[in-house]
Amino acid sequence: MPGTLPEPFATWFAAQGWSPRPHQLAMLDAARAGESVLLIAPTGGGKTLAGFLPSLVGLHTTSSERLHTLYVSPLKALATDIARNLMRPVEDMRLPIRIETRTGDTPANRRARQKSIPSQILLTTPESLAVLLSSADAPVFFGGLACVVMDEVHALAGTKRGDQLALGVSRLRRLAPGLRCVGLSATVAHPQAIAAFVGADRTIAVADGAPPTISMMLPDGELSWAGHMGLEAAPQIMARIADAGMTIVFVNTRAQAELMFQALWKINDSTLPIALHHGSLEIEQRRKVEAAMSAGRLRAVVATSSLDLGIDWGGVDQVIQVGAPKGVSRLLQRVGRSNHRMDEASRAILVPANRFEVLECEAAIMGVAARERDGDPPRPGGLDVLAQHILGLACSAPILPDEVYAEVVTAAPYADLPRRDFDDVLAYVEHGGYALAAYDQWRKLFRDSEGRLHVRSARIAAQHRMNIGTIVEAPLLKVRLVAGKSRIGPVLGELEEYFAGLLSPGDTFMFAGRLLKFLRIHEMAVECQEGGSGDPMVPAYEGGRMPLTTNLADGVRALLQIAGRYDVLPERVAEWLQMQRNVSRMPGRNDLLVETFPRDDRWYMVAYCFEGRNAHQTLGMLITKRMERLGMAPLGFVATDYVLGIWSAHQPHDIARLFEEDLLGDDLEAWLADSSMLKRTFRNVAVIAGLIQRNHPGGEKTRKAVTVNSDLIYNVLRQHQPDHILLRATRADAASGLIDAGRIAAMLSRVKGRIVHMVLSRVSPLAVPVLLQIGRESVRSDDNEEALLAEAEAIIAEATDSDTPAWAQQEMALYSAS
Amino acid sequence: MTAAPIHIAGERLMLDPQGGLVWPAAGLLAVSDLHLEKGTAFARRGMLLPPFDTQATLDRLHGLLRRWRPSIVVALGDSFHDREGAERLPAGERERLNQITGNCRFVWVLGNHDPAPPFGVGGESVAEFAAGPFTFRHEAVPNAAPGEIVGHHHPKAMVPTRGTSVSRPCFVSDARRVMMPAFGAYTGGLDVRDPAIARLFPRGGRVFLLGKDRLYSFAMAPGR
Repeated sequence: MPGTLPEPFATWFAAQGWSPRPHQLAMLDAARAGESVLLIAPTGGGKTLAGFLPSLVGLHTTSSERLHTLYVSPLKALATDIARNLMRPVEDMRLPIRIETRTGDTPANRRARQKSIPSQILLTTPESLAVLLSSADAPVFFGGLACVVMDEVHALAGTKRGDQLALGVSRLRRLAPGLRCVGLSATVAHPQAIAAFVGADRTIAVADGAPPTISMMLPDGELSWAGHMGLEAAPQIMARIADAGMTIVFVNTRAQAELMFQALWKINDSTLPIALHHGSLEIEQRRKVEAAMSAGRLRAVVATSSLDLGIDWGGVDQVIQVGAPKGVSRLLQRVGRSNHRMDEASRAILVPANRFEVLECEAAIMGVAARERDGDPPRPGGLDVLAQHILGLACSAPILPDEVYAEVVTAAPYADLPRRDFDDVLAYVEHGGYALAAYDQWRKLFRDSEGRLHVRSARIAAQHRMNIGTIVEAPLLKVRLVAGKSRIGPVLGELEEYFAGLLSPGDTFMFAGRLLKFLRIHEMAVECQEGGSGDPMVPAYEGGRMPLTTNLADGVRALLQIAGRYDVLPERVAEWLQMQRNVSRMPGRNDLLVETFPRDDRWYMVAYCFEGRNAHQTLGMLITKRMERLGMAPLGFVATDYVLGIWSAHQPHDIARLFEEDLLGDDLEAWLADSSMLKRTFRNVAVIAGLIQRNHPGGEKTRKAVTVNSDLIYNVLRQHQPDHILLRATRADAASGLIDAGRIAAMLSRVKGRIVHMVLSRVSPLAVPVLLQIGRESVRSDDNEEALLAEAEAIIAEATDSDTPAWAQQEMALYSAS
Repeated sequence: MTAAPIHIAGERLMLDPQGGLVWPAAGLLAVSDLHLEKGTAFARRGMLLPPFDTQATLDRLHGLLRRWRPSIVVALGDSFHDREGAERLPAGERERLNQITGNCRFVWVLGNHDPAPPFGVGGESVAEFAAGPFTFRHEAVPNAAPGEIVGHHHPKAMVPTRGTSVSRPCFVSDARRVMMPAFGAYTGGLDVRDPAIARLFPRGGRVFLLGKDRLYSFAMAPGR
């Protein structure tokens, strides 16, 4: 009978003092009807149980000895935690159900047992699913599968891991006809896109619970014009921590986390237990912090997005977000960490780090109140992930290209995949897809007389399985703490290589909440000692910054527009904006305000685009190129999340010409091809597509022999076959991500004919924060490696007598190899 | 393209930004660690790297030959990525290589990757090549007599610049020795701070980073 809970479930619910929620019953109905379904519910809504309930009921009615339900989550820890939570009802009701987890950490003997004696419910990750699908027994193992549950699907859709999952599920549907798919998601801006990703026949949405209580807290002292660390507010943050049980202090970058952690400990007079959590710390260290949180042994954790997702830590009383939230959805995700029950409001405090961020925080608070969500619709699936998937299928059993294509386009991210792209990817997997037919004897797949493709050898398959996955780590150096002469010591975490290049022996840097003295680099490890002195350096990480979402950018722009409502803003900020009105004008909602003014011996141009830092960076490069051609002699530019500032020797004129739509032409191509950004993107693509293998049978010993520098491959490939499928995949990735070309194009077209140029005699109030950034973050228009090297050489030559033979200048030495 | 002069053993040598070393007085060009056919060596093991590396490397060698018109060319070892490398050369590239080795005196110094003379590509093979005050060998010998020109380690240097650091292949030299950067299109590098390189320059030296049109020169601290 629909609408009620069968026994023994009804009794068990009653024993818990629960009554089934409407969406839990609706999920049961959907299962009875054999429908795939997307469940959208806020945190704490009993979402996971709702996802599993139909499977538990089904297995109670009809017991099975085969795998019945597969649960896929983005986090290993989440899979383990859910398994533990599910055990309780299963044991209480004595259901004949075995539950197991399978991740990269599962030992080999347990994996083998899971194959021979399958559990009815298996909890896993997209990567482990891909490995399972690549084995020859996949058709048997998944043949009886009735249901796939995809958890936190909003966090996966639109990412490469999401592409991998969607492709995996497209294969599962084929292996197990009649398979039901269930997606569990937080509230999102594009529910239809997520429903398509899941392949849902219907969507069940649960209304959000009590809206969170979000307030803003400004530092007592001066409100920074341009800083973005927010350290000035440390005393107030400390006071809030002392007043609450357990606090998560979220910050936006790892560098900021290190600094905030230090700032808090400096004033932590009552030595409250405060910990640090970010993605570069050693994984064991992070697990320890998480365990201490769960056990209630901490009062506060300073964290980056490393704590955004994941299991419910419980007992979090408040969330403090330091620095601008960058997006409404992101803010809600973080705020939700302090929420254990959906009928209770979560509490959060925003601490803007500068004046502009006050506007962003206010816009975010208004966005939350208006129940807005942001985020772009998921982009099309990556061709590199497709390459990995195709080889995985062939490793399981011979494949027919027509059949595989028909199957792949049932995965939402690949629904519009042209056959030509598919064939190019397939050719790449077969023999590299090079114009030069050089690898016939080493092709990975061969065709039989019926047109089926077979893997050439078991070795190719073994290699492939070792390299499955779409998370590519940057080349990192371990940070090792050493004592005395010995090289043995604990690993604290990892640093990017470029940062290590900035350190000289004796330099102090801040990492893992400690002050460390750099000793040397030895065998891919940065060796250091406790207790440096002097001004410490703080490692930054590429791509560590989140750009402002379009939605929030619009919110900030709108906030600037609303006359007379500045009373919602703190007085200091309102005054600042009023001054701007008097001296210049406000950026309009649909126009583009560009101010130019002289200062010292230069001209400055500030464009209020509000398109996010990535887009501004690209735009800055394009516009300075054009200014160069028009003879304005641009000298450099700085890009923030809100504005683009350019300075030049001559007065900029004909501003509309500078922002014309044809800007995104050849210049972008030429600049891109050489940029380190594209090389990084290529590296990811090459690793995911299997061109470069991370792991090799034989392990660590031969690692050096099998790694090859992806930059060198990129250079050669670009020169000899610029339209190769991997280069096409690279450009597509970069355009949607770091370059943000789409956002620039949209802006240029929107502001056409609506550029408001204010010629000022001096800097405007709104432009002050940008001017303060100059020198700290500026990018030269020709900011390439050659220019940087020439500058470094000139600076050192100036400081020394460069005619003296080098080996006589030991005091100026750059390198030491002790 | 601007080459940088250095003086060793009373002779003037030119360092070319493309990674070649020229001894003008003798009409000699040296290149090191070409690692030809590295692409096919990886392909054999299941990594189908773009097969254009030999072509790219020979293109660059061609540029050096046109610029300097040497009468002697010395390849400082590891010219092929493995023993069978020369046999895997595509017909076109083999022909090109034969033309090069036929047009001048071409000396293959043997290296650890290619310990036997390469098959069917012309030229002469030696363990070391001595000329005037210089000894051209693949791997440096500690305490060698002044005038040693070596390869093997693929030196690269990381230079701190404004806000970031830049890493490039480089020459390393002191008053006695020049260590050459790897010339092959797919050859990576080892940081000059690594003890394997640093201990060969106990009194410090100078690094010359390869640039588009010129070299960038920096001091290097003494190694231990």
